[in-house]
Amino acid sequence: MSLIFDTLLVATLLWSAWRSLATSDLVHAVVMFIVFGLLMSLAWARLGAPDIALAEAAIGAGLTGALLLDALRVSNQTAQPGSLAKIPALQRMAVLLISTVLAIGLIIAVLYAPLPSIQLPSMVEANMAQSGVTHTVTAVLLNFRGYDTLLEVAVLLLALLGMLAVAPARPVSVSHVPIDPVLATLARLLVPLMILTACYLLWAGDHRPGGAFQAAAVLAAAGVLLHLAGLLQAWIRPGQLLRLGLSAGFVLFLSLAAILLTEGALLRYPPVWAGALILLIEAGLTLSLSLILAGLFLLLSGRRGVP
Amino acid sequence: MNVAIELLSAALLLVGATFYLAGTVGLLRFPDVYARLHTLTKADNLGLGFIILGLAVQADSLMMACKLLLIWPLVLMASATVSYSIARRADEMGIAPISGDGDSA
Repeated sequence: MSLIFDTLLVATLLWSAWRSLATSDLVHAVVMFIVFGLLMSLAWARLGAPDIALAEAAIGAGLTGALLLDALRVSNQTAQPGSLAKIPALQRMAVLLISTVLAIGLIIAVLYAPLPSIQLPSMVEANMAQSGVTHTVTAVLLNFRGYDTLLEVAVLLLALLGMLAVAPARPVSVSHVPIDPVLATLARLLVPLMILTACYLLWAGDHRPGGAFQAAAVLAAAGVLLHLAGLLQAWIRPGQLLRLGLSAGFVLFLSLAAILLTEGALLRYPPVWAGALILLIEAGLTLSLSLILAGLFLLLSGRRGVP
Repeated sequence: MNVAIELLSAALLLVGATFYLAGTVGLLRFPDVYARLHTLTKADNLGLGFIILGLAVQADSLMMACKLLLIWPLVLMASATVSYSIARRADEMGIAPISGDGDSA
């Protein structure tokens, strides 16, 4: 039974990926991309990786989908219809050939990979007692490989800064669109629940799937929903408070890393404090990541309507 | 007792799946965006209700059943709002509903 389901899932995944790439209709392509993201998160759940499934559904399908739809709306206002150029057949064949060779090479590399000499899962198991948390993914993300996460947050912050630097700040035309009562009611009902869910995900991170990234994605989605319902203004440019919020998580993480560096090693928490420190870092990261993710949407949409 | 619950669950799931099938057929076969929205929201909301009921009677604990039942009103709210938004946008774009033969529209 589950074999039938898995086969169907893989087939629909491939089909939606193909449709998303092959169609000449941009709206269709974006919708198929969102469908692909949701199916992908289902596939991660089937593979027993709920952490990745949550992130894929929230960020891969939800937030990226919203950004793509928004970009589509802006480009529809400016671009002429039918400007999507056809790619020459020869070029397409070349891309297909290269991709196929690459895919075959990857499959061979995975199938014939030598067995790893270091048994990472057993090392993680052996050190769980010192990590301060009981969920292995959180232990790896924020303790054993904390510096990876530190750099990851830095990359996200840099992406937002880059976006702010490239897009020149322009006066925003105040929208006169009346607030839609139905959408506003939905937002008013859902946003408190979303905040509750985010707090739960943050708290759950230390003993089950969840954590800062998932909580931040939910909070960011709440912000985007409020904006779409007309209850939250688009952000023009980050003011003092917003700048503080955007960078607080990274600054907190970095300063803790710097303090711990004086104790001997980068991000090696004293086992007694590990749990509390991880929760502190995750709380800071939730705030900042949610502002960064929401900012990607709200700061871009603040420039809408400018010719 | 156990068999009775299994049978009840299977029956509820089948009814739910039938509603989903009807909704999908409607989505594919109905002529315009309003009729399609109508069949999708009506049939799928009912179908989801039956599927959730079918899963809730199988749940290990009351807590799990309540969590499952919580999904339904949330999806109801979201799908009602989304279909309203799509219909309103279609109306703004000037898409007129297709009327039946007897009507003069």
